[in-house]
Amino acid sequence: MSKIIINRRGLLKAGAVGGLALSTPMHFIRGAYAADQSCNMPTGANVVFGFNVPQSGPYADEGADELRAYQLAVKHLNGEGDGGALKTFSSKALKGNGVLGKKVTFVTGDTQTKSDAARDAAKRMIEKEKAIMITGGSSSGVAVAVQSLCQDMGIIYMCALTHSNDTTGKDRKRYGFRHFFNAYMSGVALGPVLAEAYGKDRKAYHLTADYTWGWTQEESMKKSTEAQGWTTVNAVRTPLGAGDFSQYLTPVLNSGADVLILNHYGKDMVNSLTQAVQFGMRQKQVNGKNFEIVVPLFSELMAQGAGDAIKGIYGTANWDWKLDNAGTKAFVQSFGKEFGAPPSQAAQTAYAQAILYADACERAGTFFAPAVIKALEGFEFDGLGNGKTVYRAEDHQCFKDVLVVQGKEKPKDKYDLLEVKKIVPAKDVTYDSKPWGGDLGPYDAKTCG
Amino acid sequence: MFGNLSRNDWVLFLGFSAVVLLAPILFQPIGAAYPAILQKFCIFGLFAIGFNILFGLTGYLSFGHAAFLGVGSYAAVWSFKLFTMNVIPAMIMSVAFAGIFAFVIGFVSLRRSGIYFSILTLAFAQMSYNMAYSVLTPLTNGETGLQLSLKDPRIIDAMFITPGAGLPRSNIFGIEVSGGGMPGFYFTAVMLIIGFYLSMRIFRSPFGLMLKAIKSNQNRMRYTGFNTRPYLMAAFVISGLYAGLAGSLMASVDPLAGAERMQWTASGEVVLMTILGGVGTLVGPVIGAAVIKYFENIFSAFNENALNNIFSFIPDAVREPIVKLLSLFVGEGWSLTLGLVFMAIVIFLPGGIMEGVRLLTSLFKKGGNGNKPAVSGHTQPAE
Repeated sequence: MSKIIINRRGLLKAGAVGGLALSTPMHFIRGAYAADQSCNMPTGANVVFGFNVPQSGPYADEGADELRAYQLAVKHLNGEGDGGALKTFSSKALKGNGVLGKKVTFVTGDTQTKSDAARDAAKRMIEKEKAIMITGGSSSGVAVAVQSLCQDMGIIYMCALTHSNDTTGKDRKRYGFRHFFNAYMSGVALGPVLAEAYGKDRKAYHLTADYTWGWTQEESMKKSTEAQGWTTVNAVRTPLGAGDFSQYLTPVLNSGADVLILNHYGKDMVNSLTQAVQFGMRQKQVNGKNFEIVVPLFSELMAQGAGDAIKGIYGTANWDWKLDNAGTKAFVQSFGKEFGAPPSQAAQTAYAQAILYADACERAGTFFAPAVIKALEGFEFDGLGNGKTVYRAEDHQCFKDVLVVQGKEKPKDKYDLLEVKKIVPAKDVTYDSKPWGGDLGPYDAKTCG
Repeated sequence: MFGNLSRNDWVLFLGFSAVVLLAPILFQPIGAAYPAILQKFCIFGLFAIGFNILFGLTGYLSFGHAAFLGVGSYAAVWSFKLFTMNVIPAMIMSVAFAGIFAFVIGFVSLRRSGIYFSILTLAFAQMSYNMAYSVLTPLTNGETGLQLSLKDPRIIDAMFITPGAGLPRSNIFGIEVSGGGMPGFYFTAVMLIIGFYLSMRIFRSPFGLMLKAIKSNQNRMRYTGFNTRPYLMAAFVISGLYAGLAGSLMASVDPLAGAERMQWTASGEVVLMTILGGVGTLVGPVIGAAVIKYFENIFSAFNENALNNIFSFIPDAVREPIVKLLSLFVGEGWSLTLGLVFMAIVIFLPGGIMEGVRLLTSLFKKGGNGNKPAVSGHTQPAE
């Protein structure tokens, strides 16, 4: 009897050792490929894009719209549908037959607006589903976390909705690219407009989402409003996804401030703004002036969520579907036909990022990551809806016009909530990337598992 | 040294090790054979094993174990930032910090039992979470999470090697652990096996027996002259050490630590894992951890397209309603499915998946040669 058991034990041991031996060699071979090989280069007839967007949590609405835009971009890349903004795009490298002759397919992940979950989803898409590129993210914390993961694995990350200065500032990465504008640009664009509308002698109170985006947005807004002569009474950090902001709003009225700046986004902004309005803040008189609320970054989706509360509120946007240019019209028409509603700015930046990556591969003639990165760096283009745009090589940030928007008093329908008050030209929001610190890191493709 | 392990235990241990090490092959058919998820299985398995030493043996339900996981992660990332990318010092630092943390929290919380104990641990964990999230931002980098940067000193590494371009990967004497390769998985797998072995030793030791006695009747223990507090304290700290180790492994395979790891949902998750797999069993918690992580990562990735592909053999008219219905349960709805599975298990198999396994084997054995149900079964004392 005991002999049998020893044999069984031996068998198990042998099995364990054998399994180890079987599965290890693969990991020593992988460094031996030809030099022009980066992670997940497609070998078959398809190329896989990974779309990592929040499908739950405070930014879920934006995530859903991004996903719609990505699906549309994939259609257009594969030559299905009406081609959308590909017709107006200044680069004509894409032929509507996929990318480099390979049909584009996609996989999706849910970031849950949490760094861990986002990185898990990205890893699954890279390791299991062999995605060549990851794009998406709503929330800068997630974007920064996924960007550093992608840098480590040698996968290009095309950020979608991330507005923090850090994404292409101190946390910039060689493998990360951002089309969206940032908090600094919002501040520069919004400051003069606010001073003109509300006067130069104002006291501001900030409520700020407590993470990288909120911090940099608060800093940028402070800088630009103080340059106009405003003073900052207080800046309070609120947790992301707080839901109830009343405990943060009550002290505002007794602080002597006459402007409330809400550095919130998504459902947080919808909640904080609605609650502020319910508190009667906009009817109040402080220091002999009307109390005002400013939301430096908002979008059509959030305006829908906030309803009447958004009327007359100033903010900035990356893009608006009512812009009058060929790229915008082509994209809005195509998106509207597919989904029956105009796209949000999140959708537009997502769409543009997917197209820009595909175009860079086509121009580079390869999927090899360092070559694609070089094709994107310093790339100047037009026709995707934002006017003339340049991808700056030093920090992988796009420079283009910034919109100052205001909530409409009399909207025609629920898609007509914002009015573009001013288009601030790209050269006014351009800055020197040096003082922001950060280091892009090397081009060399790392191999992945 | 191996005295108190029976032959059955050794078979179990070797079988367990074999399954863990062969996971990249065994899990291929269910689509879970890529390194990131296998690492998750091992890490959360280890976390649940540790939790089970407290909950399974003493019956003290802690709702704050994620705090130790978080402390472990932060300690490991700081070790990577300050000293070296080698994972050994990081693990030592994590375990030490988590141990101290567990001692302090345990010292206060263990003055109460039952629901009061659970609430106390929950409060402490939520406090740690909020501190990591806002007050301790310089130490934890708040919501953004603590990450490596090119400017980190890495004193020990700097003495021996010139840094390459870009961020270094964590390693164990030259073998890369982070960066998503299989070596990272084998590293976590070996740690899981060691952790499993230690937990088995604890289960079979007089100390383990004492913990079980506390679970069945603490008053009787006191009457017989035992002071139960030191035993409870030891169990609490040991499970905290496990959680710290799991946290350091998490940071080793992916050098980032975020505050959400300490949130109460994360603490609740390990309770679910343990109950789902089987409280007080040796293998149960690991199975529970794997099931939950599988649902979270694989099930959540299913979308309507994937379902359409699966049911492509059914005609369109029938397929559409089926896909519509099922799509409620996959993708974002994965937690709904998990909830249903959890309810089913708690109602029909209160002992978790392991009870199901035991029922099946005893049925099989009865049908075979009429033996009694397996002797190694750990039936739950009624509480």
